[in-house]
Amino acid sequence: MPTNITLEVLRYMPEDGGAPVFQEYEVPLRSDWVVLDALNHVKDHIDGTLSYRWSCRMGVCGSCGMMVNGEPTLTCAAFLESFAPGPIRVEPLAHFPVIRDLVVEGSDFMTKLKDVKPWVIRKEEKPLSEGEYRQTPEELADFKQYSMCINCMLCYSACPVYGLEPGFTGPAALALAQRYNLDNRDQGNEERMELLSNDEGIWSCTMVGECSEVCPKGVDPAGAIQRYKLAGAADWWKSLITRKSK
Amino acid sequence: MAQAESLEYDVLIVGGGGAGLRAAIAVYETDPKMRIAVVSKVYPMRSHTVSAEGGAAAVIKPDDSLDDHAYDTISGADWMCDQDAVEAFVNEAPEEMLQLEHWGCPWSREEDGSVAVRSFGGMKIKRTWFASDKTGFHMLHTLFQTSLQYDPIERYDEWFVTKLLVDDGRCQGVVAIEMATGRVEPILAKSVIISTGGCGKIFPFTTNANIKNGDGMSLAYRAGVPLKDMEFIQYHPTGLPFTGILITEASRSEGGHLLNKDGYRYLQDYDLGTPEAEPVLRSMELGPRDRLSQAFIKEQEKGRTLVGEYGHYVHLDIRHLGEKVINSRLPFVRELCVKYENIDPVKEMIPVRPVIHYVMGGIHTDIDAATPLPGLFSAGEAACVSINGANRLGSNSLTELLVFGARAGKSAVAFAREQGGAGASVSAQVRDEQERLSRLRSGGGSESIAGLRKEMQDTMEEGAGIYRTEASLASSAEKIQQLQERVAKVAISDSSLTFNTELTAAIELSYMLDGAEAIIHSAINRTESRGSHQRTDHPDRDDENFLKHSLAYREQGGPPRMEYHPVVITRWPPGERVYGQKKG
Repeated sequence: MPTNITLEVLRYMPEDGGAPVFQEYEVPLRSDWVVLDALNHVKDHIDGTLSYRWSCRMGVCGSCGMMVNGEPTLTCAAFLESFAPGPIRVEPLAHFPVIRDLVVEGSDFMTKLKDVKPWVIRKEEKPLSEGEYRQTPEELADFKQYSMCINCMLCYSACPVYGLEPGFTGPAALALAQRYNLDNRDQGNEERMELLSNDEGIWSCTMVGECSEVCPKGVDPAGAIQRYKLAGAADWWKSLITRKSK
Repeated sequence: MAQAESLEYDVLIVGGGGAGLRAAIAVYETDPKMRIAVVSKVYPMRSHTVSAEGGAAAVIKPDDSLDDHAYDTISGADWMCDQDAVEAFVNEAPEEMLQLEHWGCPWSREEDGSVAVRSFGGMKIKRTWFASDKTGFHMLHTLFQTSLQYDPIERYDEWFVTKLLVDDGRCQGVVAIEMATGRVEPILAKSVIISTGGCGKIFPFTTNANIKNGDGMSLAYRAGVPLKDMEFIQYHPTGLPFTGILITEASRSEGGHLLNKDGYRYLQDYDLGTPEAEPVLRSMELGPRDRLSQAFIKEQEKGRTLVGEYGHYVHLDIRHLGEKVINSRLPFVRELCVKYENIDPVKEMIPVRPVIHYVMGGIHTDIDAATPLPGLFSAGEAACVSINGANRLGSNSLTELLVFGARAGKSAVAFAREQGGAGASVSAQVRDEQERLSRLRSGGGSESIAGLRKEMQDTMEEGAGIYRTEASLASSAEKIQQLQERVAKVAISDSSLTFNTELTAAIELSYMLDGAEAIIHSAINRTESRGSHQRTDHPDRDDENFLKHSLAYREQGGPPRMEYHPVVITRWPPGERVYGQKKG
């Protein structure tokens, strides 16, 4: 068993005006180290200029997504050993503009999250003094899966449609819309359908399913979009029939 | 993203976690015309609230009462908390939690659709709301998503605050680095709320995320605001070795056992009750966190722990719960063990050790979240109100974010309404800060950031860990003083403006050293043992001399000046903390 493994890290520094280049670092191949631990080792002991985001190191803050050997990956949940003997190629998440090194620009994603109105919409709000809205475990289960998204953006990096059409609302945001649509406390379904039933919304998705493949939390955005399309089609037929009958 | 041309607001919030977002929404609810800025060094949903697992306490069930919640909190805190603050906390907790339910938080439910509650360490009645075992994650995302609908809340995501602007005796805003561009800008405001969380990264083994460096505590400390009760640091008894990943207390409330190397439930030897087959509230594995962590050290001294690559550990055994219960009630525990420790708790025991989890102390505030500096407010782990005293009970801190985040928001609005424009000296302060940061970035030093950080963490573990003595603390105090001098000569090899994380890591290190200094000196001067602060040279609680809050004020170039502040007692006179039998 070799004691070291090589990282090939894509470096990019806009102030230098140069093109991105790969830089190699030798790091200890420890059985309990993930790719993120190796990057931290580089930052602390080899090259302090390497820039990347990270925080919780337990797969819930969503900061440390990168391309590892070409796959969108949470680097805190990727053991070095699973890539032995290496080298391990680490690049910024695909389909996003790169700010520097492994840091991508996430503001497009943040805008799209807001665009789907991810909050409870109700015609009438009951006062807090009347207590909680009732929601059985079965009703909770209807949307729970779609509430598990950590906003790590791996699905956007995997989505070929987003790669070609940056206007596409994209997997995580559409799954989040479904999370509220399917919550029995919410009444915003129609409002969101109007926003999302268009060429940049649900109908752009070509059902490649890569988003669900890479999702570290099992959210299944592809399934969410599929359900959305079925609901959208039903609405369309209903509106057609209502119009004709008038 | 920030929209404003001139960066001026009514209320500016530093930190976008649970307390900060609740505060932002409260400002909007109180006065929708207020201009609000949320400035955070990470995107809000990356904040460490996201990692909280077990739950959030609030009285909701008919068999419970506000007084019971108050008493559990006060006795758990070893009477170091302010009882007026605790009463406000337990009174407002149910409404805040219901508000979050109305905003869509996916709380776990009973069959009839009502909110489910679970038991938690130190609480004698089940009152902890939970969203399976990702409670903090769901609360943070619910707050963040809810906040998106309010246009007056403008976000400065990935802006790193380096200084509070204080003029004319009041806080008037901050100076911050925009990470993406490196530009350093003032963001002015009539009221400022600090909700930047705790400082667990001062220690080597911690559940805390990388971002938890006590930024806001240090900013306030440097502006002359005292840090209160910093000697009280909570160890969580069950973290994974190496990563410090927390295995939630819920794993014990569901029936998990702590076993020493002989497979013996050793807590029975430490006045924590007798082993029963079913979990008993306030007993054994459901005793309070400080007592469980202290029992670990005693067990280590007896040579009855196991030893691995990262030092001593014991076993947490949940195998007897069975795969079905583990998957339905503790799915995240199983996921964490499998993904990060390569252990399946259905089949194997989990190695655990005490790890730094929470700082009870923080920025000195009153019951309305106001600090002694006019215009500066604080809430959440960054603040010390105090409701947590010498030991926080699990599941009180998530609720605290809501109750005191909302209070901070309301107080900030009231203050902002009375204020005029920025003071005369602000622009000079901004120029000075821009020059300081520019000098720091241009490098020239020789000390390694990672090297100094490790020296700090090691000395804190050695000198100010679970058990402390005059000698251990004095030695660490000297070391921290040296590190304070050496951090001024830190080497920064990265001179770029774009997303310079070496620059911010150097600043974070300096923030942590301020926190370390306050912790050590507060601990040296408290010559008693209470809750999480255990002095082997002063093993007893001393109410006569120390039923009072420590206040550490920063002094230039030396140790802090210590002052004291009375503890508020309303209805519960100091008593003995009793666990493992009927309440005394």
